[in-house]
Amino acid sequence: MTYNIVLCGVGGQGVLSVAAIIARGAMMEGLQVKQAEVHGMSQRGGAVIATMRISSEEIFSDLISEGQADMILSMEPLESIRHISYLRKGGQLITGKEPFINIPEYPEQDKLYSVIDSIPGSMIIDTKNLAVEAGSQRAQNMVLVGSASKVLPIKEETFLKAIENVFTRKGEEIVTINKKAFVLGRNS
Amino acid sequence: MSEMVLLGDEAVAQGAIDAGLSIAYGYPGTPSTEIVEYLQEWKRKEDESLIASWCSNEKTAYEAAVAVSMMGKRALVTMKHVGLNVAADAFMNSVGYTIHGGLVLAVADDPGMHSSQNEQDSRYYADFARTICLEPRNQQEAYEMTKDAFELSEKLHLPVLLKLTTRISHSRAVIKRGEVRPKNEFNPSKDRSHWTNLPFLSRQNYEDLWQQRPVLAEISEKSDYNPLILNGNNRDVAVITTGLAYNYYKEAERDLENKPSHLHISFYPMPEDKIRELAGSAKRVIVIEEGYPFVERFLKGILPQAVQVDGKLNDVIPHLGEITPDICRKAMGLEAFEKAEIPEIEMPGRPPQLCKGCPHTDSYKALNEVMGEYENPVVTSDIGCYTLGYFAPHNAIHSCLDMGAAVTMARGAAEAGAHPVVGVIGDSTFMHTGIQGLVDMLSAGNKVTLMILDNSITAMTGMQQTIVESSGIINVVKGCGVSPEHVRTIIPLPKHHEENVKIIREEVEYNGVSVIIAQRACIHVVKRKYAKG
Repeated sequence: MTYNIVLCGVGGQGVLSVAAIIARGAMMEGLQVKQAEVHGMSQRGGAVIATMRISSEEIFSDLISEGQADMILSMEPLESIRHISYLRKGGQLITGKEPFINIPEYPEQDKLYSVIDSIPGSMIIDTKNLAVEAGSQRAQNMVLVGSASKVLPIKEETFLKAIENVFTRKGEEIVTINKKAFVLGRNS
Repeated sequence: MSEMVLLGDEAVAQGAIDAGLSIAYGYPGTPSTEIVEYLQEWKRKEDESLIASWCSNEKTAYEAAVAVSMMGKRALVTMKHVGLNVAADAFMNSVGYTIHGGLVLAVADDPGMHSSQNEQDSRYYADFARTICLEPRNQQEAYEMTKDAFELSEKLHLPVLLKLTTRISHSRAVIKRGEVRPKNEFNPSKDRSHWTNLPFLSRQNYEDLWQQRPVLAEISEKSDYNPLILNGNNRDVAVITTGLAYNYYKEAERDLENKPSHLHISFYPMPEDKIRELAGSAKRVIVIEEGYPFVERFLKGILPQAVQVDGKLNDVIPHLGEITPDICRKAMGLEAFEKAEIPEIEMPGRPPQLCKGCPHTDSYKALNEVMGEYENPVVTSDIGCYTLGYFAPHNAIHSCLDMGAAVTMARGAAEAGAHPVVGVIGDSTFMHTGIQGLVDMLSAGNKVTLMILDNSITAMTGMQQTIVESSGIINVVKGCGVSPEHVRTIIPLPKHHEENVKIIREEVEYNGVSVIIAQRACIHVVKRKYAKG
């Protein structure tokens, strides 16, 4: 079993935290993980992409071939479409609903939603409202992890443990909020 | 032994620690930065005696490390590929030395230019200097090769170059730690001739280096880092990979019915005999390498013309950018994977930009207002966040060449007749190689204004501490000889806009060298301070 994920969003949205939680969860279940990420200039308000490969066998490549992503997991709608050439036939697209508009030529939102809807099985998650419900707008990325967890080959309790591990040093309240955001995403 | 999930950069740092590293120096540069950051964290948590310092530039870092080696201890130097251009003088000259404590230079290249101004391939520097280059293909190898690099350095008395690329530096995987070796004791080298590049000594050192070639060649031939797998049943094609191309090739190989003979090279100088053996088994050799066509050109020199060599030189592999699994599949004659149906939509780009509330935004706003009053203003810029001033809505800068060039190019533009000329440079970059340009300018008596955008941090590479505080920079500028009344400070905030415009306007009309220091901390530094209380 090999599962390939393309994670995307805009620099500063928490894409790397999403990657960290999924990677942690996969490792806790004894799977191999390779996760490539972006640092430096490309992080500042620009489009960011991270790739993650989870497998029960040896993984050679850090990168994913076009047409080989099982999932595109995006913090916002425009970025979910940018890397769509990576999606395999029958692959899953999950995106946060709230657009991140920091460019003048950002497309009309309805147009984006209809493109996303045209991909079979795609999900648009109201991450903003669910995160607010969980206690912090900043937990949007954990809502997204929750939604992805419905499809990913990692157990729910493993994810919750991974969230605890990653956020413990930030305090109990942050752990609680992120866990709640995850559950709300999972149930959405 | 324990397992850890590490970035490639972190695996290098852990490898160095476990190899008995005493001191590391570096200058921050993506994608190399996390090596020193990891060591600093290790110092804080595990080993107070470890030294891991940022230096003002790559040359100062390298030279300090040479002295650590001279004292018998193990030293690591880190930088990005273009940083090695700055340290090249020291690196090239140190290879003639008889290295004492292990000296390893970790250089991170950036094919695809994710965060760089060019794609140069550091293997050429190792070849140029006639020393060993090691190129890991995964995080585990990054860890192990770093340890081996120190051993080789001490055994062969050479500095060893460890070549990384973005995808290995910034990709995470599980690594298994091996044995931990104690640090070297203080043990200064006793032979002064090993460390003094006077011509009569250098001639001998250079000769010794040349005589060492067969030793390196033999190690390379025998190295497990250059694995050769022959398949006598495939006489049509053989493959050579280097660096991460190995991984992409192995993915593609799964779909090849008759697997070609395969040589992977990650220990340089190259294993000539193995290359000949491989090429002798096939009519055609495909070279898939990350970076420049380094191996490919070498092949043309040693293989008979009858062997067809395919790679970057004849566009079988694209010469620009990273190698990817898709490029590899195509080169091996495999079909691309089927993709999901892609809906048609025009995708606007989303380039990186200055953060909301960034002080540079206010500096550029004030500068633009003044520059707008002139017919042919010139604003030379430099390497850092403020390079993003190129993009709309700022459109504020006309050039960016390399670290420090904002200052020296401003001088050139002024002497060629331009007015007004403003050089824009960051605080960290000014300390890196900006100062020398300022000294030149003062010596020439140019009519130029230098704006130092001082946000108290090396921001673009991820918030590394700067060498000199804001107050120190003012003194450096004055100390270089800038007339004190033309060393001005501004606070780049909207409420000071009119005042800032006025100051810039005054200084660009001053008939001499003026310096305006825009002082306001990076918003992320401020946030961090608040977070800490």
